Parts: sequence; structure tokens; C-alpha cells
Amino acid sequence: MSKEWPLWEVFIRSQHGLAHKHVGSLHAPDAEMAINNARDVYTRRNEGVSIWVARAADIVASSPSDKGALFEPANNKVYRHPTFFPMPEEVKNL
Amino acid sequence: MDAKIQYLLRQGDNAMILSQQLCQLVGKGPALEEDMALSNVALDLLGQTRMWLGYAGELEGKGRDEDRLAFLRDAIEYRNCLLVEQPNGSYADTLTRQFLFDTWHYFLLDGLTRSSDERIRGIALKSVKEVTYHLRRSGDLMVRLGDGSEKSHAMMQTALDELWMYSGEMFLYDEIDQAMVEQSVAPASELLRQQSLDHMADIFQEATLTMPSPDAWMQRGGKQGRHSEHLGFILAEMQFLQRAYPESSW
Repeated sequence: MSKEWPLWEVFIRSQHGLAHKHVGSLHAPDAEMAINNARDVYTRRNEGVSIWVARAADIVASSPSDKGALFEPANNKVYRHPTFFPMPEEVKNL
Repeated sequence: MDAKIQYLLRQGDNAMILSQQLCQLVGKGPALEEDMALSNVALDLLGQTRMWLGYAGELEGKGRDEDRLAFLRDAIEYRNCLLVEQPNGSYADTLTRQFLFDTWHYFLLDGLTRSSDERIRGIALKSVKEVTYHLRRSGDLMVRLGDGSEKSHAMMQTALDELWMYSGEMFLYDEIDQAMVEQSVAPASELLRQQSLDHMADIFQEATLTMPSPDAWMQRGGKQGRHSEHLGFILAEMQFLQRAYPESSW
């Protein structure tokens, strides 16, 4: 077994109403300490109202070589973008 | 009034000396995450120092601000308890010192949030949020390392046994502390001691550490200015610049 602590990915919600955003990663022996460490490493400047941590090993990622098959077909379908609707000014964070 | 100034100096000096000690570990923590956490605690304590010493200087009214109080007093005028000036030692020593301090500190601040002095109440309300986290963190690490490997357990038990004699001074009230209790400025010693011992007993039990006897003989004197040899070295480093280049500033 590796002596290194496992890697955790850290997600922070900066304010209510916004989604958690990936801010970086850190090492910790378990989830509780990962939260504590995330608080110390990533929220020193009043960044957040909520923290998520997930083991990096548990995140399933798409392969870079699948980029063409996964994303290119969306490129030429402009009608899928909601760019034709005027947005009211009062609506924020959309 | 004089008693209150002394009382404020004690609080400020505790926070300042522990902060200075933790600052010596910046860049030397066992892991990046621990390093950051220790510096955060040090910064919190430094912020609290400024509030305590600032208020002390104002009450004294001799034109000594927080900086003059920090940099131009000699060891004998320092009022911190002996616990905070004990060397960083191994990480087990650093952590155990922190946990013993945090426990007392948390329950003290909790009591001070009901102080009759409005300014002290304000400082306590602001600080207790920071110290709640300090206590949670150091307690968590006591449990992890106490109930960790054979080696970590042995190191934590040794650290606890060696530092224990410095854990009682904060609860030994002299006439200054007593005057503060009578004016309803500070919480009474008995309650504070009981709350602290209860919390320590819980954590030590979970950490599979043997708690030394609360009635053991305790070192004392720091609050009255009688310090161990360590404080002189801490101050020599901390005060060097102001001593060598008086009145220099940014």
C-alpha cells in the first residue's frame, strides 16, 4: 500500500444559488480530514459557503482521445444554443 | 483598572507567543495541508493578539500601542502562561500543546462572551468562532495520532505526560483573575476547569491516551512574569528588528 495520503478533489460553492466549482486538489487520509484541509487550503480568503470533497480515484473522466466523437457533433447545431432569446436584465447568474 | 490591563495583557501575550511559535513552523509542516492549517491558526491568534493588546494599551493610556507592547517589553513583563512558551519539539509536542491550549482557550472565550465589559465581549465573540475550529482540529488530530500506530501513540502519550504540568496554570487564579471574576468580566475558575477537564477526558479516551491526574502538581508563574528560559529566545528573535533598529517601520 502506498504511504502517501490519497488525493481528493475539492469543490467549493462561493455563494448560495451558485453551483459547486472545482478549485483544486489535496492529500488527506480520509474524508473528514479532507474537509478540514480543504477549509485550510482553499477558503483562506472567504471564498465559500460550502465544501465538497471527492476521492480523485472515484471520479470517472472522459478520455481526451474521445474528444471528437463526444463533442464535435454539437459544433454545427447552432439551434441548440439558447442565443435567440433576449434575457431580462434582472436575471443574474444564468 | 490596573487589574483589567494585566488581564488583557495575559490574554494578548498567550495568543502572541503561541502564534510566534507556530510561525516558526511555516514551511516545515509534515504535509502541505498541515503547514497551511498551522499558519492559519497562527494568523488567527495574531489577529486576536492585536485586539487584546490594543485594548490594553488604550486602557493604560501611556501611549503604548499594540506594537510597542509586543516589541518593547522584556520577558519579565510578559504575562503569558508557561504552556505556550514550551518548545515546538516534535509534531506530537506541538499538537499536544495546541490541544491543551485550545481547550482552555475555547471555554474561556465562551465565558468571556458573557463578560460585563462590552469591548471584551466583542473580542471574545469574534475569537470564539476561530477557536471553535482550532479546538475541533487539534482534538481530531489528538484522536488520530493517539489511536494511530504504536509509534504515534507512544509519542502522543509522552508529549501529554511531559506537557501536563503546564496545563493547570490557566486555572490557578491569582488576585488579578479573581478581581475580574468579581467584576463579572471573566468566568470563574472552577467552572472553566471542569468544562476543560471534561472535554479533555472525552478526547483522551477516544484517543486511547491515559489522562494524567488533574490534581498533579502544576507549574506556575508565567502569568506573573516568572518565565522558563524559552521565552527569552522567542522574544530575542521576535523583537530583534525593533531592538536593533528602533522605531523602524514600513
